[in-house]
Amino acid sequence: MRLGYYPGCSLKGGSREYKESVVAMAKAFDIELLEIPDWNCCGATAAHNLNRELSLSLPARILAIAEKEGMQDIVVPCAACYSRLTVTHHELKEDPSLKEKIVSVIGMEYKGNTQVLNIIQFIQKYISDQIEEKTVKPFRHKVACYYGCLLVRPHNILQFDRVEDPQMMDELVKKAGGDPIDWAFKTECCGAGMSVSRTDIVARLSAGIVEDAFDRSAEAIVVACPMCHSNLDMRRKEINKFLKRDIDIPVLYLSQVIGLAVGVNPKDLGLQRHMVEVKLSAKIESAVPANPKPGKVLSTQEEEA
Amino acid sequence: MSTELKTHLSERFSSEILVQTGVLAIKCYQCGKCSAGCPVSGEMDYSPSMVLRMIQTEDAAEKEKLLRSMSIWLCVSCEMCVQRCPMEIDIPRLMDYLRQKSIGEKKQHPKAKKIIAFHRAFLDSINSTGRLYEVGLVVDYKLRSGSYMQDVSVAPKMFMKGKLNLIPEMIKNRRKMSEIFMKTIKK
Repeated sequence: MRLGYYPGCSLKGGSREYKESVVAMAKAFDIELLEIPDWNCCGATAAHNLNRELSLSLPARILAIAEKEGMQDIVVPCAACYSRLTVTHHELKEDPSLKEKIVSVIGMEYKGNTQVLNIIQFIQKYISDQIEEKTVKPFRHKVACYYGCLLVRPHNILQFDRVEDPQMMDELVKKAGGDPIDWAFKTECCGAGMSVSRTDIVARLSAGIVEDAFDRSAEAIVVACPMCHSNLDMRRKEINKFLKRDIDIPVLYLSQVIGLAVGVNPKDLGLQRHMVEVKLSAKIESAVPANPKPGKVLSTQEEEA
Repeated sequence: MSTELKTHLSERFSSEILVQTGVLAIKCYQCGKCSAGCPVSGEMDYSPSMVLRMIQTEDAAEKEKLLRSMSIWLCVSCEMCVQRCPMEIDIPRLMDYLRQKSIGEKKQHPKAKKIIAFHRAFLDSINSTGRLYEVGLVVDYKLRSGSYMQDVSVAPKMFMKGKLNLIPEMIKNRRKMSEIFMKTIKK
């Protein structure tokens, strides 16, 4: 099966392991992801902070191209891009005069009949039924599923999952053999786009997330957003400095967890690219025990061999 | 309605906000849930509920304080406030409007310089290539903000992990990008 897909800039740059893992995971389920031709950046936080019309026009061009290509569903793995595309789709649908204005800015035809799917919705719609039967290496680890802001809010527009305690990612992780924990920071903000301009704020906010996950004995944090990932992973030095602790639990993408479970090579999932090394103890028990026995520690390289 | 009353209402800041954004600030009854949930209210000079109260006062001095505040730039648009607001007041949308007005009237808080420099560098990258070029963005940001040494230590490891692109990706229809920018932010 072929599906339209919008990688966005992060997945082409600093978060390339997210792209690698999404494409590899989809391939394991016989789905080919086709990039929207000549796509542009969605404008992210910068555009809506500085100019509203620009912040709607940039995503509108992307949606218009997808429409022209006849793509009914488009997969948008980045939560921030997903938010901008979905909000634009919604605003233009609700306000015909605004739509007219934006259409004249982009100079393209736009009907608004393309469905934008985030990574969780994509997996749910096209993959989830087959996860259990395809799982060959159950991901038997305690994990904290972290949703962040833009997958769940604003709920009146996104209409996605429970807003304060979402469950869909937890359910998918369970299907892949994982053991999602109950924790308090599922939808708290990591500091998002302030990573460069106010690293101090990002360190404080991300510290709360990492510390709660670790203290509730999560072995890894699972995310579905490249910005959440880079703040929790790349900013770990600043986080640990803030916490005055040394927390080394890795941050994995949901697509990496499912990919590992269905037997995709860790290298094809880009696991070696994380700044916090992925060292998960291999457990051989059939179910996750209440008191996990210490298992052999495998690095990603060893797992591959 | 008398002409005087109409004029009086239309000159109100809350009316201007309503017309421009659809946000009805007078609905706020100061429960404070927005400020309690806001991840950055501790760093803000005025918390989100205070911002709403300042608008409600219709006091010119309060409006001035708002446009010159750091709060509007610290808002990370996480959408927690509107999610928990019992009156469903779209505070992030309001913050976007206040930021754009603050820039329009050249009233940006001096400490917001770095945040705005980052946004501008970001948009310039899209304007010229159609996509965000992260390495270029960071270099541009450093030049604009003067933070030359920031994150220098993390760069080699990122490079080793294959996370740094040395050549920017460009879209074919870059003319369309500049058209979109000319018709919106550069208008």
